[in-house]
Amino acid sequence: MTIRVAVTVNGTEYTRDVEPRLLLIHFIRDELGLTGSHWGCDTSNCGSCVLWLDARPVKSCTVLAAMADGRAIRTVEGLEQDGRLDPVQQGFIECHGLQCGFCTSGMLMTARWLLDHHPDPDEAEIREAISGQVCRCTGYENIVRSVRWAADFERSGRGEQA
Amino acid sequence: MTHVNGSPGPPPGFRRRLRKEDQRFIRGQGLYVDDVRLPGMLHGAVLRSPYPHARILSVDTVAAEAHPKVRAVITGETLASLNLAWMPTLSGDTQAVLATDKVRFQGQEVAFVVAEDRYSARDALELIVVDYEPLPPVVDARHALDAGAPIIRDDQPGRTTNHIFDWEAGDARATEEVFRDAEVTVAQDMLYPRVHPAPLETCGAVADFDRVTGKLTLWETTQAPHAHRTLYAMVSGVPEHKIRVISPDLGGGFGNKVPIYPGYLCAIAGSMITGQPVKWMEDRSENLMSGSFARDFHMRGELAATRDGRIRAVRVTVLADHGAFNGTAQPSKFPAGFFSVFTGSYDLEAAYCQVTGVYTNKAPGGVAYSCSFRVTEAVYLVERMVDLLALELGLDPAELRLRNLLRPEQFPYTSHTGWVYDSGDYPRTLGLAMELAGYAELRKEQEAERAAGRLMGIGVSFFTEAVGAGPRKHMDILGLGMADGVELRMHPTGTAVLRISVQTQGQGHETTFAQIVAEELGISPDDVEVVHGDTDQTPFGLGTYGSRSTPVSGAATAIAARKLREHARLIAAAMLEVDSADLDWERGRWFVRGDPDQGRTITEIALAAHSSLELPEGVEGHLDASCVYNPPNLTYPCGAYICVVDVDPGTGKVSVRRFIAVDDCGVRINPMIVEGQVHGGLADGIGMALMEVIAFDDDGNCLGGSFMDYLLPTSLECPSWELGETVTPSPHHPIGAKGVGESATVGSPPAVVNAVIDALRPYGVRHADMPLTPAQVWRAIQGRPFRTDLAIS
Repeated sequence: MTIRVAVTVNGTEYTRDVEPRLLLIHFIRDELGLTGSHWGCDTSNCGSCVLWLDARPVKSCTVLAAMADGRAIRTVEGLEQDGRLDPVQQGFIECHGLQCGFCTSGMLMTARWLLDHHPDPDEAEIREAISGQVCRCTGYENIVRSVRWAADFERSGRGEQA
Repeated sequence: MTHVNGSPGPPPGFRRRLRKEDQRFIRGQGLYVDDVRLPGMLHGAVLRSPYPHARILSVDTVAAEAHPKVRAVITGETLASLNLAWMPTLSGDTQAVLATDKVRFQGQEVAFVVAEDRYSARDALELIVVDYEPLPPVVDARHALDAGAPIIRDDQPGRTTNHIFDWEAGDARATEEVFRDAEVTVAQDMLYPRVHPAPLETCGAVADFDRVTGKLTLWETTQAPHAHRTLYAMVSGVPEHKIRVISPDLGGGFGNKVPIYPGYLCAIAGSMITGQPVKWMEDRSENLMSGSFARDFHMRGELAATRDGRIRAVRVTVLADHGAFNGTAQPSKFPAGFFSVFTGSYDLEAAYCQVTGVYTNKAPGGVAYSCSFRVTEAVYLVERMVDLLALELGLDPAELRLRNLLRPEQFPYTSHTGWVYDSGDYPRTLGLAMELAGYAELRKEQEAERAAGRLMGIGVSFFTEAVGAGPRKHMDILGLGMADGVELRMHPTGTAVLRISVQTQGQGHETTFAQIVAEELGISPDDVEVVHGDTDQTPFGLGTYGSRSTPVSGAATAIAARKLREHARLIAAAMLEVDSADLDWERGRWFVRGDPDQGRTITEIALAAHSSLELPEGVEGHLDASCVYNPPNLTYPCGAYICVVDVDPGTGKVSVRRFIAVDDCGVRINPMIVEGQVHGGLADGIGMALMEVIAFDDDGNCLGGSFMDYLLPTSLECPSWELGETVTPSPHHPIGAKGVGESATVGSPPAVVNAVIDALRPYGVRHADMPLTPAQVWRAIQGRPFRTDLAIS
């Protein structure tokens, strides 16, 4: 038995017939070939699979693909616009906010959401925002700095000028 | 930044530089093994044992084979018919690939299903019926050698115990003599519990065996692609030149991706049997329950000292739990790895350790998680003991360390267990940490806090690391020496490609190694492409673990670049029609001594090297160089760490308020990357000290099989790290670098534990084992800390 799932991912529409039990992370990766979001733990603890479902970050390892039917998804592949990096992407480069890169996509999606809703977060607010996600490489320090870099960049207006 | 020993600052190109590799990762364009998709690719899944110890009476695969999407079901019997049921471990033992006679730990591999998709493969596992006869398990390592303990490895003919090895280092008699007339002695039992590296990317492989060419291509999560290729050739019968191991981007490793796991071999067998590519990707529970664990050292430490605080001797006995197969992945000829650096950073009269290894019904492993082959356990032991001595003597723990640290003039220093420490200025490193921390003020603050009834703790640790394995006379893995090769080629237009055998898992090799070449040749790092992670494209070498990339392959890279530069000198001489002896080098250019205008840049030389320029007899064209680096000694980074904690007496919850880390890893090539490495290791240390443990219940059930149970530090448990540095260049390394990948993981756990025990001083607590969870701290306050390796009782 299959179920029809129609979603918009990063502005592109996709329709697939899939098993009702298929997890959203496997749908995105295996069915659509968007491998920027990662599968890390199955239990919503690590956050490697974080993407946006209708403009909210979710852990896609515990969401069924069927539940995404008719909804809009944004993944790391949708951050760069017209060849221009999102400031959070640039911030992670500038502040060495990543090492192995595996948690990075999820961290970027949460960081983007945070700055969209809280453009001037302090360190504690950034730490709180990413606390549902695990990074094994950076000790979080440079991730916090990266998000703050992006906030400063956007608040200085350079984001609009760029 | 503090440079010690009057050494000059770093060369101009050794500076903060943004990473080349970030461009793909921040776009989600990395290529991890699970991202590999090949035409016709099938999916494998492993059936695992629910029992820690059981005899296999039968394995019925009929129903699984009848599943419409299943293409093959492989059992131990299938593999036995191919002589592949058992494989050698990296410690010279054997390990079941798929169990035939018994299962020996919960989560052990029993069968492998190959199906058309990921989910069907998992479905089919449920259709396999295994008839087990449960046997009593050996759960507690301290009872593994009891008379009447179940014998785990009865696959080995004549075996009557669970004993693996006894090993000793140092001088037992000299140590005993010091202890006999010592004014003060302290002793403590302590456990470094079983933990797991838990990289966010689990282990997996895509095997593609081409029946026509006989070539096996294996995409694999491995930190040591060349060593794996050799082992696959030995085990599978596929000749080594027909095997290509590709380790693309790795989502962290930390030692978890050094061993060869049964799943890799099953994927290979699956591809050989079906004739199609087979992907196997373990899930998180499989990773935590069956992948290479770390530590599990039951230690007893003793110190002998004078009443005025001079440490005279250290003695250690260890019971090492190696799990069901002796599969420690470490290169030394010593079964306890580098544990004999337990003499630490101190000037002693004598030292001795005795280590006994045993089998238990747990997953194999023992050396992983950025441990530098058990330096982690050694540093924890001695740094806890020094704190216990400070408590006994009523001395400040930092002051006691300062009185006993090796002095700069003692280097190179030969330890009582035979290690030759290359360099360091330990008092200066600790002094800087104390200065950054404001140590004296912190102690005053602590006094005031205690007077107000609050529990504030300050913990100090000092570590000497031993990395860069290593010298051939002491080290090998399955007979393979620890040398690593590089190949450097400069193209006619002056850009270069460097091929290396070591394997980044996030350490930024593409940037750091390009900086080494660039600095030696005077070109831009942007003009150096670093190729790694593909055995068909890179020279042989043993890979990345034990903080060895910069100490070994970094050295090889610098030497190859210098060889290339010397070759360029001969070509420049031909271009300028002068004697090469009359040329001098300045950044990126050979010029005529005394006539600096007469010169040729390396780019001009590169073009000439490939041109029709007439070359002198014996000078080859092109501009290439290679090097195989045999390390003459290990390198010895060091560091001083200070941790400040607050403990809630009502709940036992520990909050890390500050963490000051001063590292001396010699010359830093890219300080930004070095600091990132330290940050990550410090977080690991907080995890191990406060949160992480793989415990087992009485029946041998693994209690750490998911991230719901195996707790990792998040952004909320970690403070903002405060770093400092001293630089004593390694005297024998071409660029003076020492390696840093594991320093913080080695040095931070004792700092955290010392801080917590210090905070609990009003309750008279001397020691409690990691992890210092709220429950453990609360129980320690009650005077009855528990054993963290077993279910809480």
